[in-house]
Amino acid sequence: MKRVYVNEKWCLGCHLCEYYCAFANTSEKDMARALMNIKINPRICIEQRNGISFAVSCRHCDEPLCVKGCITGALTVKDGVIMINSDKCVSCFTCILMCPYGAISPSDSGAVQKCELCVKNAGGTPQCVKGCPNGAIVFEER
Amino acid sequence: MRYVIIGNSAGGIGAVEGIRQVDAKGEITVISNEPYHTYSRPLISYMLSGKTDRNKMRYRGDGFYVENNCKTLFSKNAIRICKKEKKVILDDGSEIAYDKLLVATGSSPFVPPMKGLEKVENSFTFMSLDDAEKLEMAITPSSRILIIGAGLIGLKCAEGIQKKVGNIYVIDLAPRILSSILDDEGSGIVRQHIEKSGIQFSLSCSVKSFTKNKALLSNGETIEFDILVLAVGVRPSTVLVKDAGGNVNRGIVTNDLMETSIPDIYAAGDCVESHDITIGENRVLALLPNAYMQGECAGINMAGGKKAFGKAIPMNAIEFFGLSVITAGSYIGKAYTGTQGGKAYKKLFVDNGVLKGYILIGNVEKAGIYTALIREKTPLDTLDFNLIFEKPGLMAFSKADREVKLGGAAG
Repeated sequence: MKRVYVNEKWCLGCHLCEYYCAFANTSEKDMARALMNIKINPRICIEQRNGISFAVSCRHCDEPLCVKGCITGALTVKDGVIMINSDKCVSCFTCILMCPYGAISPSDSGAVQKCELCVKNAGGTPQCVKGCPNGAIVFEER
Repeated sequence: MRYVIIGNSAGGIGAVEGIRQVDAKGEITVISNEPYHTYSRPLISYMLSGKTDRNKMRYRGDGFYVENNCKTLFSKNAIRICKKEKKVILDDGSEIAYDKLLVATGSSPFVPPMKGLEKVENSFTFMSLDDAEKLEMAITPSSRILIIGAGLIGLKCAEGIQKKVGNIYVIDLAPRILSSILDDEGSGIVRQHIEKSGIQFSLSCSVKSFTKNKALLSNGETIEFDILVLAVGVRPSTVLVKDAGGNVNRGIVTNDLMETSIPDIYAAGDCVESHDITIGENRVLALLPNAYMQGECAGINMAGGKKAFGKAIPMNAIEFFGLSVITAGSYIGKAYTGTQGGKAYKKLFVDNGVLKGYILIGNVEKAGIYTALIREKTPLDTLDFNLIFEKPGLMAFSKADREVKLGGAAG
């Protein structure tokens, strides 16, 4: 299955992936308009320190501890992609307790959020990868 | 192959999904003493507070039993296992034959003997959907509620009904609330936060005696109440396996394949003992994630696959009136306390070079990175401990470890 992988040495720390992620998860057509005057809360996040930077998003694990631990059944695996049903989620944060990568976070709307490989909003083409100017994030089979 | 599963919560559902990973055809029968489609027990307090409802709290989709080709026997009590004949006897007299049996019977409320308890008319426990609905029917906007037990169940119940009742009084024998998951300081922070919503506590005390609407406490106080909720604790439901001659301590004893001491009988969930790797001892870890993972393992093994359940640790994610609390592991070894300002509180426990436990209150961001350090017994000298203590993240790991985590095949 194709997943998002990170090539740390190519990451510029430009945070564009975060902006493309945030934009992809709005219903706006224009990026500038979508992100104007808001504090973005993306599902992919850059860790940055002492000249090192890299992006972290859901690894879509084969043995997903978040899904197994979810107390509501809001997290499920569909064709290998771990999806969140915001309607069922009660924000108990058990998934945040379980995820070894720190890739699940509270959303702005009272549920948790995580990368869904842009399945719901961009036909399964991760927009963070598309927007990365230096090939530091790739979407491929490994 | 005939699989029989007693229990329709996380352990039982995990087993259905485990079996179907290996065996698409075998006959699965799920027996439940409740009449309901599988639902998430921890959500009953969220249902009372309106954060979820009867439909959304279904633990699996409406088509679950059909999609997994399961037969269901609801509103039936399994009363006996005949291990020689390999069958389960139900309370209606019927007999269900099995080739592989899973006991996922959960736990039931423990009610200690208390003088005069029989005189209390409006007395409830808080474990099941029926419990929650009965309580909801009984409460009014002027109800005075007395809850015995300031643990997870008692306090989630308090939160669930807080907006719908007059006042809530909680007592506990322990000197602090949430005594099983919090230390003194953390408990004090959460208590102060809960008290702001008007809930009152009397700790280090018990009920000396009840009359119909009054409780005389051991500290001399008298509390008048309309509704009593008993949330002292739970006990693993082990009787079926015990009566069949299986090995039972506090919970049902299994190996790491979730096999009991009786051939072809497996057990999973709140009714079993787990091997807590943080203390190296067996204990009952009544937690939904463990129940699911044990059930899934049991199912895979019942169907002829092989999967061991391991790395069990205590862990809880819970929220009270907007304050998040995540804890895991055991609080042994050297404590590192973080000052994050405001309500945020952080404590990590390190012993023999590995993380044993942690408490996070307020800021729970990326908590799972700590959980993984405990579960994997990651030697802390392989990473930048100061950095990860300050802020959990993958930056604290070596470049090589990061390459595996972010570039390797996902685990």
